[in-house]
Amino acid sequence: MRFPYYPGCTLKSSAVNFEKTALASAEALGVELVELPRWNCCGAVYSLTSDDLIHHTAPLRVLIRCQEAYKGGLVDEPRLVTLCAMCYNTLRRENAAVREDSERLRKLNEFMDKEENYECGVEVVHFLTILRNLGLRKISECVRQPLDGLRVAPYYGCLLLRPREVSVDDPENPTIMEDILEALGAEVVDIPYKAKCCGAYHGLVGDEVVAELSYRILRQASERGADVVVLACPLCEFNLGRQEVVRRRYRNFKPIPVVYFTQLMALAFGLPMEECGFEMNRIDPRPVLEKKLYR
Amino acid sequence: MASYDTVLRITEENMRFYEKVRKLSGENLNLCFQCGACSSSCPLTFEMDLLPSTVIRLVQLGREEVLNCKTIWVCSTCFNCTVRCPRGLDVAKVMEALRQLVLRRGVDRMNLSAIPDDRLREAPQIALVSSLRKFTS
Repeated sequence: MRFPYYPGCTLKSSAVNFEKTALASAEALGVELVELPRWNCCGAVYSLTSDDLIHHTAPLRVLIRCQEAYKGGLVDEPRLVTLCAMCYNTLRRENAAVREDSERLRKLNEFMDKEENYECGVEVVHFLTILRNLGLRKISECVRQPLDGLRVAPYYGCLLLRPREVSVDDPENPTIMEDILEALGAEVVDIPYKAKCCGAYHGLVGDEVVAELSYRILRQASERGADVVVLACPLCEFNLGRQEVVRRRYRNFKPIPVVYFTQLMALAFGLPMEECGFEMNRIDPRPVLEKKLYR
Repeated sequence: MASYDTVLRITEENMRFYEKVRKLSGENLNLCFQCGACSSSCPLTFEMDLLPSTVIRLVQLGREEVLNCKTIWVCSTCFNCTVRCPRGLDVAKVMEALRQLVLRRGVDRMNLSAIPDDRLREAPQIALVSSLRKFTS
């Protein structure tokens, strides 16, 4: 099955380990993710003010590129797969907004006169949803190196879950990552702050805010005996990974590695550890992975 | 901030501000009955000068000085308030409208040139794009 795939900017630079391991995992599962031949930045955040149409052109153009790819026979389904939580949220909300408001769609279509009109036939999904639809059994069957003994704390953040209408799971108590990680053999550690914000765009200038929020999330994971925190957003990875900022504020804080769920999935599916991009993670997870998995 | 001995005197000027926020956010702010669910769900109140529910109340009363508060810039648009509001008020949209009312005067809340080079190098693009979208005009 060939799905259209939208990587977004960050997965081509600071999060190439996210993309590479997701593509490897998809391949092991028999899912082909076909990158859209043309795409642009989605705008990273969904514009919330009622009179601002210009910021909706970027995400809508991405949906049109997906429509073109589907019509051109490059993919089998018009279900656009995303990995970055911010891209997922922005594109999915855009799709819902133009479906609900034909006047808005008409204006945007008219404004973007070089592109074909958007016909609302695309569905935006996150890779996690594709995995859930494949089934946990299928995931277990592909495991070559079970994550036995590895204690993982899933962290969802905001944009996979909120607002409610775009959520990949129950927005108050999601379990989709837990289920998948258990299917890979890992032991799940539940943290009450798994759906609380990491500080988001404060990461660039607001170290104090990010340090406090990261501390609350990471401390819960450490205190409950997690070996690694697992997530699906490059901005969360940036904020939760910069633990020197937390240590400046809380001297006794013990660093804990933060990895993408796809890195653990690819590892479990048999991708050699040196190809999972762990050297890019800000706190190196390899020592604990080696200790737990290759005893 | 507002002194509460005057809050019930609502002038035309107050009404104009209320109306501006209502239009820009697309939200009916009078839905709010001050239960405080947004404030108790917000993970960032420790950095705020006003609780999110107080911000909403001040907008209901048309108090334009709410634009001077720190809260609207501390909000990280995490949508906890939006999901939990029992009245269906999209509080995140109101925060965005208030930020926009300030930014559209041509005021920036972030100085890109003050960010150290190494931070700019290591930050993911989504951090740059999103903070520029939220903090610059």
